[in-house]
Amino acid sequence: MTTSPHLLAPPARRVRRHLLSSADLDRAQVRAILDTAAEMHGVQQREVKKLPTLRGRTVVNLFFEDSTRTRSSFEIAGKWLSADVINISGKGSSTSKGESLRDTVLTVAAMGVDALVIRHHASGAAHQVSQWVDAHVVNAGDGTHEHPTQALLDAYTMERRLGDLQDRHVVIVGDLTHSRVVRSNLITLRTLGARVTLVAPPTLMPSGIGAWAAADGFELSHDFDAVLPTADAVMMLRVQRERMSGGFFPTPREYTVGYGLTRPRLDALMSANADAVICHPGPMNRGLEISPDAADAASSLVLDQVSAGVAVRMSVLYHLLAGNDEGEDS
Amino acid sequence: MLAPRDRVIRHEDYALRWSRSTSFNDLSCEAGKEVLAPVRPDSAVPRPVDASSKAPVTDLPAPSADSSRTVLSASDVSRALRRVAHEILEHNKGGADLVVLGIPSRGVALAKRLAAVMESVEGRPVPVGALDVTMHRDDLRRQPTRSPMHTDIPEPGIDDKVVVLVDDVLYSGRTVRAALDALSDLGRPRAVRLAVLVDRGHRELPIRADHVGKNLPTSGTERVAVRLLEHDGVEDQVTISAGESR
Repeated sequence: MTTSPHLLAPPARRVRRHLLSSADLDRAQVRAILDTAAEMHGVQQREVKKLPTLRGRTVVNLFFEDSTRTRSSFEIAGKWLSADVINISGKGSSTSKGESLRDTVLTVAAMGVDALVIRHHASGAAHQVSQWVDAHVVNAGDGTHEHPTQALLDAYTMERRLGDLQDRHVVIVGDLTHSRVVRSNLITLRTLGARVTLVAPPTLMPSGIGAWAAADGFELSHDFDAVLPTADAVMMLRVQRERMSGGFFPTPREYTVGYGLTRPRLDALMSANADAVICHPGPMNRGLEISPDAADAASSLVLDQVSAGVAVRMSVLYHLLAGNDEGEDS
Repeated sequence: MLAPRDRVIRHEDYALRWSRSTSFNDLSCEAGKEVLAPVRPDSAVPRPVDASSKAPVTDLPAPSADSSRTVLSASDVSRALRRVAHEILEHNKGGADLVVLGIPSRGVALAKRLAAVMESVEGRPVPVGALDVTMHRDDLRRQPTRSPMHTDIPEPGIDDKVVVLVDDVLYSGRTVRAALDALSDLGRPRAVRLAVLVDRGHRELPIRADHVGKNLPTSGTERVAVRLLEHDGVEDQVTISAGESR
């Protein structure tokens, strides 16, 4: 039993759970989220897709960067859990009139929201926001840092096709320097015990990654064709033209030849391991990092990833919002 | 930018973390069902348990030295389930249109046993499944997050069927209320019945069981624990013990 708050005592700041980084989750927590997502997936197949679980809670999608699938899947996820969902995009909001991130966030929070799903072009934005507001914060992509729900849905999608990811070999190919997906995926896949190889041209390998690889036990390669035959899953990353200031590779054509999932590489992958799967977090640059043959192949999980996105985000919102907060007197 | 692990922004150093001490991983959540019951002002005051203390409230035998006593043995459980299965069939005038749904976790095991008995009596299979009610509970916000369990609705669905909900212990009635809500999202049964192994009283909602294995008068501070072979790996038994005061 706790006593009622004393007037002189400092206001107890309630402990809020956030999902800011994939490193926030240990293996049991990832497991719990993925298992709950599987149940949510079942709800997705039903005629009545609504659950009353988050009735009366408000979720705000605060997107300062363009997004189709992440924003809409968070919106659907919230609505299927009966939360009220509001979308605010950077364009067309007061931000375009010069309001700072802090003021925008505090304004939104002052309306009494329970969760903020935030995407921002600055790395660490979600973490900053979590310091400012008394609401659950979900990082839906911050700059080139992290995108934890994408990693969870990738793991979920791969698990459904491959089974347990322990000791399975996942090859992630592409723009490692500018991708927030790769960092989150790397952490989550390692948490689940998978073997991970990152493949990129030297110009798209961030400096210092060798030390991280050595410490954490994942592998690095510049030779896609050499690691391809041992892959259980190949994840192609988008070449992020908007984050590149040029000079990372001579021509798009040369990138495709060296690091694209082309038709010959698709054939090589399938002949080495007929059960191997292909993932792409989207949106795809067809013909650049992935050929149309590979994108539409039977082994491609691209659309499964989108459909899993809703289930996984329902699970994340459920785990953040449904229970009481640690240390909170209920 | 990717960086060595020690240079990555380490949220755990300064960010608020997901709680690791919650029952996030307690998939059964059975403990909460029994222990977290509110102690009513009128219920017996929990007293230190020793061999000489009297059993609170009830006319059941005095507690044994280890403070828990067995109220149903394996053969009692088996007899009670057989009787309940026969009652359901009798009430339904046969096994037609019956769908047996267990409420996780032990209700599922009980549902399977009931369905097996009914199948041996009727000579044809009775559809059996599981109905998780976590997402419909009214106490979600009062407890650490629970992970939902598997829902498995047998093939014919529940529309126009007679659904028999099965749970191990009927207490406040809130779980059954949640189950009724969950059912209405899945279809429209012709009728819903409730079968429980133990009815321990203390209802908080206007809900009653149609078929009861054993009525067990208890005090609000006592714990009723059901153990089933296929779920717990120990011989079937129902025990009652003095709960911790909360």
